[in-house]
Amino acid sequence: MPSLIKALKSQVGRKLMTGITGIGLMLFLIGHLLGNLTVFGSPDAFNLYTKKLESLGPLLYVIEAGLAFFFLYHTVLGVSIWLKRRKARPEGYDTYKTKGGPSHQSLASRSMIITGSVIFIFLFIHIASFKFGATDTVMIDGEPARDLRALIIEKFTTPAYAFGYAFVMLLAILHLSHGFWSAFTSLGMKHGEGSKKVQAFAYGFGIVLMLGFIFIPLYIYFTGGEGSLISY
Amino acid sequence: MSDNMKIHLKYWKQDGPTAKGFFEERTLDSVNEHMSFLEMLDVLNEELQLEGKDPVEFDYDCREGICGSCNLVINGQAHGPKAETACCQLHMRNYKSGDHITIEPPRAAAFPVIKDLVVDRSAFDRIIEAGGYISVKTGSATEANSIPVEKEQSDVAFDYATCIGCGACVAACPNASASLFTGAKIAHLNKFPQGEVERYNRVTAMVDQMEAEGFGDCSNFGECEAVCPKGISISAIAEMRKDYVKALW
Repeated sequence: MPSLIKALKSQVGRKLMTGITGIGLMLFLIGHLLGNLTVFGSPDAFNLYTKKLESLGPLLYVIEAGLAFFFLYHTVLGVSIWLKRRKARPEGYDTYKTKGGPSHQSLASRSMIITGSVIFIFLFIHIASFKFGATDTVMIDGEPARDLRALIIEKFTTPAYAFGYAFVMLLAILHLSHGFWSAFTSLGMKHGEGSKKVQAFAYGFGIVLMLGFIFIPLYIYFTGGEGSLISY
Repeated sequence: MSDNMKIHLKYWKQDGPTAKGFFEERTLDSVNEHMSFLEMLDVLNEELQLEGKDPVEFDYDCREGICGSCNLVINGQAHGPKAETACCQLHMRNYKSGDHITIEPPRAAAFPVIKDLVVDRSAFDRIIEAGGYISVKTGSATEANSIPVEKEQSDVAFDYATCIGCGACVAACPNASASLFTGAKIAHLNKFPQGEVERYNRVTAMVDQMEAEGFGDCSNFGECEAVCPKGISISAIAEMRKDYVKALW
């Protein structure tokens, strides 16, 4: 019997953990999007939501540490799998072509390292901009809170932020469209009719989720932050 | 019948495992559409030998798709363009006069080139040696129905057992992973009562050996299934993963 450490380091374990961390991150994204959508609620809704999150105190740090662990573990595994392929095939083919049919080779599956790397870099900019970005103070329920909603509207009315963000979300759709199906395959899902449904759901899930993320910056940009969905 | 197809070949030449390889090009003027791909290579070698040159080495044995010896990467596809077809069963009628064909060996660190298009696939043998067998004495063949096996199980096991070990899965995988081969070998034995006994030791030992041989990780590209001359499903990989996880507990 393999020890747990050895199993985690094995090819099977690495892929399994890529899938588990990936599914964890996808679940987080659902929560993240639902939170973001409060920007279209009452004027105080978004700031109330972020204030509630910040009031979790130590629990928030635990959640953040867990997320960081999942994200870094997923990244390290992805990069190590990519590095290993270069070692496993030091001399590439002069001509290489997929045979199609049951193959899942696609722009999405072949560009996981690129889309993943862009998302990795994006995340640092994203956290620096929004988590640690300078904000005004507003009064929420009679207590001072960070005016993160104003920060979001300010950032997304600049083209670089709005379009940069939307572009990265498009890459994330690609990443998820292979990642979602692949995660379930890594967890032991067999290839067959059920797998096709999961693949279809994967595309749908990735697209709906990311369109949600794309909608917010583009809506704010094109309405100059004054669209009817944003109440003041 | 057309026997005057003109085929432009570009094939890999390499003197030995450490020698530097290169491509050589040659045009064959009278290829017959009924020739198998390997017979076309025979014609190439006849021409080369008549000119006093070294023939191009390539692996073959049965030439009927069951031995797993041939494994050429043809125009970037393991075993060429036809699904569920070993390159020995690929016929020149699938090409037309004037076509350009690039022939390369399977490229993987675990499959070092012996010469030209011939690679050393003994890494597969070592994966089998690690656990791809049943060590209990099963005696002589018993009456087939004396050990009940569910029909579905035996069908799936048979599908996995059709693996001929050609290595096309490794050749085509963007990561040079041997997961389909290893998964098929594990799953076909684990599906039967005789193989069940050593199930978990088998999966652990074979996965470890696969790793030790330097094959890459599986990224669920599924290209292995597309090129497999026997059309083995990547469900074999899922079976391997499930058994590996179960072996932990």
